[in-house]
Amino acid sequence: MIPEELKIELEKQVASAVTPREAAVDVMKELQAHYGWLTDDAVVEAAELLGLSPLQVEELATFYEMIYRRPVGRKVIHVCDSISCWCAGSEELTDHLKKRLGLQLGETSADEEFTLLPCCCMGMCGDSPALSINGVPHGKLTPEAADKLLEQAE
Amino acid sequence: MEQELVLFKHNRKHRPVTFAEYRKEGGFEALEKAVKKMTPAEVQQAVIDSGLRGRGGAGFPTGRKWSFVPRDLPGPRWLICNCDEMEPGTYKDRLLLEHNPYGLIEGMTLACYALGVRHAFIFIRKGYEKAAENLARGIAEAKGAGLLGERILGSEVSVDLDLHLSAGRYICGEETALINALEGKRPNPRSKPPFPAVKGLWQGPTVVNNVETLAAVPAIVANGPAWYKGLARIPEAAGTKLFCVSGSVAERVCVELPLGTPLREIIDRYCGGMRDGKKFKACIPGGASTQFLTADHLDVPMDYETVAKVGSRLGSGGVIVFDESHCLVAATLNLITFFARESCGWCTPCREGLPFVKEILQRIEAGRGEERDIELLREHIKYLNYSFCALAPGAMAPVDGLLAHFEDEVREHITKGCCPLAGKGGN
Repeated sequence: MIPEELKIELEKQVASAVTPREAAVDVMKELQAHYGWLTDDAVVEAAELLGLSPLQVEELATFYEMIYRRPVGRKVIHVCDSISCWCAGSEELTDHLKKRLGLQLGETSADEEFTLLPCCCMGMCGDSPALSINGVPHGKLTPEAADKLLEQAE
Repeated sequence: MEQELVLFKHNRKHRPVTFAEYRKEGGFEALEKAVKKMTPAEVQQAVIDSGLRGRGGAGFPTGRKWSFVPRDLPGPRWLICNCDEMEPGTYKDRLLLEHNPYGLIEGMTLACYALGVRHAFIFIRKGYEKAAENLARGIAEAKGAGLLGERILGSEVSVDLDLHLSAGRYICGEETALINALEGKRPNPRSKPPFPAVKGLWQGPTVVNNVETLAAVPAIVANGPAWYKGLARIPEAAGTKLFCVSGSVAERVCVELPLGTPLREIIDRYCGGMRDGKKFKACIPGGASTQFLTADHLDVPMDYETVAKVGSRLGSGGVIVFDESHCLVAATLNLITFFARESCGWCTPCREGLPFVKEILQRIEAGRGEERDIELLREHIKYLNYSFCALAPGAMAPVDGLLAHFEDEVREHITKGCCPLAGKGGN
């Protein structure tokens, strides 16, 4: 269950949209921020808020790269694997992160601290290779610079 | 001679330009000129005459796109700014908005005036929160100064501007998928016709334009279409364009240049040449869905028509440079992997075809390819034109370029039974 305060805030957001479902992505993001991922309960709650069926929310939730329908760690790392980052050594960077975190892409650490995921071009091509930690982009990364970021995140 | 700037004119080095600075440097004077001295049809005519073409990738003439909106249809009509910049190699719209949100806000207000739109949206991709913050602040400032919202500058014109923050998916940049996304529907593309200009957002007439396109409109209205057209380097081109360069260049920059600037000049003069003295091998001129250009093309003027003439597209202006150490089969495999993952799955050629093409390239790169794989790739360049939207044909553009210019390199993988460059990406 989401707190009453958040529910009222989201109802307001839905009411101010041209049609209720226009607010679907906003609502999913807010619920994900609350639960850490878009839980089954959150899908039902989003559906109620938006006047949709849970299935209609599900078909949106599974479409977007940054909506998580499975549990993730407290820090979600997305490493860009598109072409400009590839040119700048993203494969080496990804291998380094896998080794350091002991994770394959798509996995979450046992202590639920980190999730490692690939992602599509972040628009950081001028600062490649790039990754994001909980949505904050970082560029011009070497394995050493990535280590530093992870230490700060820990 | 220093290049005349339109899009980056107001940029400061390490911070966004402020509202006061933008105003002081002539910002919003175009809007004032339009609502006080021009009819909506005159604004549209200026954009038609300027030769401005869509800067998102397709290069469709902007004024013509506007003219497809029927003037006499009842009910609301909509303008959407496409800031779903997810084309690999493209980062110009992010930099534009991180430097200056006001140019887009003024450009959109002018477009709304020309098109009779009351309510417009800016569709922003995930990861561009900084750009979105700048826009939210800019919208509030413009409203506060009577330049946006109810009765702009005391006139009869009212325009509302709202932000829609997306959650990450390449296909949302396709204009009909974007319309579905904005409506809160699963963002599969829609079948055309009807085109958005007649039936788009909530079934109303809708124009979807890229950030850079709309941000060019104030200068066109302020200085006139002939002035804008004349900014280009060659007579058949019009205006300036942002080129954002990545890959093996010394300095990866995003720079505003006259359309028609040769590729060589972009690399040598603005990027300081190649990185670590490496030799230029190829580049993708306009984002992931364009054909490779080779060293033979370095003197091609970068404009829509001239780049099309040599078998590629100007696209988004996202130039990705490869050097002699890069394996272009591996690079193409990286590009196809992106497109296969980003296919929305709606139509069979794209959903099934792209993973199949990816498998062929994987096989060749791993040294397990056969001669007939080259023919298979060629056939699929044709087959994937039968897809529902432009994603799959765009995805096959690098494959097309690979076979057109580097067939020998592909064949070498097959005859040697391994990648001659050891699958080199990286530094």
